Amino acid sequence: MIVIKRLLHKPWIWSFVAAVTVWFVTIIFTGGASAFGLTQATLTFAAFSIIVGTGQMFVITLGPGNIDLSVPATMTLAGTVALKVMDGDNSMIVPGLLVAIAIGFAIGICNYGLIKLLRIPPIIATLSMSFIVQSTAIWTNRGLRIKPPAVLADFTISTTMGIPNVAWIALILTIIAYWLLQKTIYGRWVSAIGQSILAARMAGIPVDGVRIATYVLCALLASVCGFLLANFSGGAALNMGSEYLLMSIAVVVIGGTAVGGGDSNVPGIWGASLFMFLVVSMLNTYGFDAGIRLIMTGIIIIGVIVLAGGNNSEQR
Amino acid sequence: MINWFTRDAARLLIPALSLTVLLLVIFYLQPRAMSYNGLNLLFNLAVPIALATIAQMLIMTVNDLDLSMGTFVSFVACVVATFLNTNPLLGVAILAASIVVYAALGVLIHVRNLPSIVVTLGMSFVWGGLAVLILPAPGGQSPVWLRAFMVSKPPLVPLAIIASILIAVVAHLLIMRSSLGVVLRGVGGNLRSVERAGWSIVRARATIYALAALFAILAGLALVGLATSADANIALRYTLLSIAGVILGGGEFVGGRVSPIGAVIGALTLTLAGSFLSFLRISPDWQIGAQGMILIVVLALRLLFNRLEKQRKSA
Amino acid sequence: MTMAGPQHAVIEVTDAKMSFGAVKALDGITLAIQPGECVGLVGHNGAGKSTIVNVVNGGLTLHEGRIALGGQPVDKYNVKVARDHGVRCVFQELSLCPNLTVTENTRIIHSSLSGWGWRKRASSVVRAKLDEIFPGHHIQVGALVGDLTISEKQMVEIATAFSEIAQKVRLVILDEPTSSLDASLAAQLLKYVRAFIKTGGSVILISHILGEILSTCDRIVVMKDGKVVAARPSPEFTEHSLVESMGSVVKGPSARPVRDISPGTPVLSAARRREQGLPFRAHKGEIIGLAGLGGHGQTETLTDIYLRHSGNWLREQTPKVAFVAGDRRLNGVFPLWSIIKNMSISHLADLSTKGLIHRQDEMKLVETWKAKIEVRTKNVENTILSLSGGNQQKVLFARALATRADVVLMDDPTRGVDIGTKQEVYSILRSEADKGRTFIWYSTEMDEICLCDRVYVFNNGAIVAELKGDEVTEKNILAASFMGAAA
Repeated sequence: MIVIKRLLHKPWIWSFVAAVTVWFVTIIFTGGASAFGLTQATLTFAAFSIIVGTGQMFVITLGPGNIDLSVPATMTLAGTVALKVMDGDNSMIVPGLLVAIAIGFAIGICNYGLIKLLRIPPIIATLSMSFIVQSTAIWTNRGLRIKPPAVLADFTISTTMGIPNVAWIALILTIIAYWLLQKTIYGRWVSAIGQSILAARMAGIPVDGVRIATYVLCALLASVCGFLLANFSGGAALNMGSEYLLMSIAVVVIGGTAVGGGDSNVPGIWGASLFMFLVVSMLNTYGFDAGIRLIMTGIIIIGVIVLAGGNNSEQR
Repeated sequence: MINWFTRDAARLLIPALSLTVLLLVIFYLQPRAMSYNGLNLLFNLAVPIALATIAQMLIMTVNDLDLSMGTFVSFVACVVATFLNTNPLLGVAILAASIVVYAALGVLIHVRNLPSIVVTLGMSFVWGGLAVLILPAPGGQSPVWLRAFMVSKPPLVPLAIIASILIAVVAHLLIMRSSLGVVLRGVGGNLRSVERAGWSIVRARATIYALAALFAILAGLALVGLATSADANIALRYTLLSIAGVILGGGEFVGGRVSPIGAVIGALTLTLAGSFLSFLRISPDWQIGAQGMILIVVLALRLLFNRLEKQRKSA
Repeated sequence: MTMAGPQHAVIEVTDAKMSFGAVKALDGITLAIQPGECVGLVGHNGAGKSTIVNVVNGGLTLHEGRIALGGQPVDKYNVKVARDHGVRCVFQELSLCPNLTVTENTRIIHSSLSGWGWRKRASSVVRAKLDEIFPGHHIQVGALVGDLTISEKQMVEIATAFSEIAQKVRLVILDEPTSSLDASLAAQLLKYVRAFIKTGGSVILISHILGEILSTCDRIVVMKDGKVVAARPSPEFTEHSLVESMGSVVKGPSARPVRDISPGTPVLSAARRREQGLPFRAHKGEIIGLAGLGGHGQTETLTDIYLRHSGNWLREQTPKVAFVAGDRRLNGVFPLWSIIKNMSISHLADLSTKGLIHRQDEMKLVETWKAKIEVRTKNVENTILSLSGGNQQKVLFARALATRADVVLMDDPTRGVDIGTKQEVYSILRSEADKGRTFIWYSTEMDEICLCDRVYVFNNGAIVAELKGDEVTEKNILAASFMGAAA
């Protein structure tokens, strides 16, 4: 009983409850025939938004105004360049991954460099950066469609113990993220800065150091996600990241992370991502088209923020 | 004597200069661009972007941000290319209803003290969904009168130029000169003292959101008139472009510091950045990148200018 | 001059009582402002000046007491009623919109300025008033307020308050109006105040410059601890008698352990502020008090020292300075966190290896300090906001004291803390100082300042006096805060 009560007080539980409900509703419609396939597909597609969403969550936790708009461009560039480096060659997989990671690292540094040097809000810094990164991606891609190395392509679309490999990777990354936030000094500092940047500075926290690390972390996760997505979909497309701009923010908000900063929620990202893709599948099975799905998504986001915002004001 | 070295004048000066430099280089590289048709071609697509930028600027006046600008303009474009064409009355009613929705969002954001970014993020899915429902595949058709207006050729000065100037002047009168505009900007500048002077902040927010919707609708109209048809993704880039345009034109995210003339100049500069590259024979791949670079350069110049200004003052 | 007769007071506050938590801000005050008089209001920090001002301008609702306007009792008194009655207030914190021009700010304050030609009307009204009060000023009414200097902003604020558009101005409250004006501008303002009084208007003037008060006001009200301790016509006061009446009525010399730290090399020093006054230095084991009226540069000095001695990019194993916030909500507590996390945040480096926090060590530290400083809570896992203000402050103390920093900076940390807690804090400070720690303590309370080994008195952003040993007395501190480097 107590366990259930405590669970109900966790903000992330609702996204899971919603995800499970939608899963059942969908299964009922298909008479249980598709249960396995549906679960696998959901886990696969959710994995990508879990990875980028986790990075975005770290940035949003830094407090109001912190948001990384360069996520989609980073994904595209990392995916494109990595494919080019690997050029379908199985032996080049490790260098390809390293290049993707290096790209993420560089973009993260540049993002915070712009914020600090030009003293501009993170939104405009990451926006300008995303324009440049996107252009670089277009330029490197040149409409070529390079096939990913066969081993890697196989890996990203196959499963281990019935669970898609990309979902395993997302799980490992989120466990690391959870550990960072809960057990390390860095996690404490991120949360402190998000609650009050002034109080954090006066408590002796190296604010700039923590913030640059966080922007780099977000860009790293985006580039890894871009790498996986490009291999999964059999080649890098120039618009492959665009869907993840709003999605990365949406899963953070629905997952119960405080929009005002200071309180992050890793399990919520899982719940929210699974939920978002299950809603899509459910509406698909029931024959609704894309428009209704988008509208539902929007209404859910607004509903979540209205409810969450209300709670905050009561506490105050 | 007006002091031209105010910070606001400086804000306007840098984007105006960068636009002039861009234009001069283009004229130098391609003298034919200086003609009536050349200018029209260069600036044609700037009209809807300028209108969307003004809409974004209005939202930013009260320290909010609209992440749904692109999908909303796309939605409007779909309505214009379908309902407004076939059933004008219904079309107008839908557009009027969308203004009411925007005003209601302003009230919701204020009353519940919500972050505007998240609410408009949600709305961007809603507008996008509605647009897909109206036009699942690219299509529709611009109303004849709209098309005729957008391609009309007034004597001497091309329509694109006249329209840009008109947009800047109207927005300037509305937000910078009118007694209403002063209160709206005051809300962004010092909400507490405006409230203390007895103004209703809810009403101010609702007004500014409704005005923003109006300008965004005009952007959708202009876009369809130029493109002749619409699709649900036609204006997605406008969200980021409009934010960039406002910032480029000297606006700021907080503090109610905005400039309608600057915003229009910013939108024109961003439009030109693309064509500029093709005149330099640089691959159009870099078009978006050039917009990013211009943004960074202008922001750096502004920082430099502010530093110099500070030194001058303390000296 | 309290005159009887046919004239009614512009505003009359009777038996006003207000309390914020344990603090009695107003303790039964009666204040009547007659038409055509200028009343000076003086008192040290926490005397209740700003509270009574906020009551008069309608910003605060009285817990007990009555308000009458022009002899008529009013039930519901608020900002709007006050404004309609012609009560205006010039706030210490500027209340203009920095992104608007002077003219446009006038429009915000006076809602009747609208319709065609509003800009012209607003400009001429505010320009005329500026010319009248500050002849020879160089303010463009079309200039952005954000581009004006601080004194120009203050001038605009004063001019808009005195501008008459829809209703007559009956009473203007000037709260430290000359603090950012230079001597000649201050003289112009005070001259205008006298002229305004002659036409039948009333003014409440608050200032720490006693000369101004004595020369401008008809009547002076001295406040202390939420009470009026003296109210007499100005000619009956002198600067010295004013300072004396602000001090404690009965108080012998406090039994104070006088310690003189032998001057060696200071552990910390700071240059003079704004190239005025005295430089600052601190020695090992000293408790140094920063005194003076609130907002005269003490907090800025502490923040400067802190930021200069702590890093912004990398983690430091041993912090040099620690900071105890006074404005808990602004730069003290982390509201989403438990007591544990709030207490340990500055000390994490010693509770971890390779960035990984040891929960047991953290718990041990928190329990130790909880016992040492007596934080009253059943469970340290509870959120920090579940504690009373005083206990929250204790957590902040523990946060700073738990570090290995040699210097602890304190920004008026006992504001709104009960007397029991204060006593506990004092004894901890003393024992820590004996162990060789240095404390730099800004306090708005006289008793606390008198506990310090050495005191710097601030006035207008600079240190104007340094008091040592037996010189640390209430009288000397008041004299320096109100009269500059007289001590």
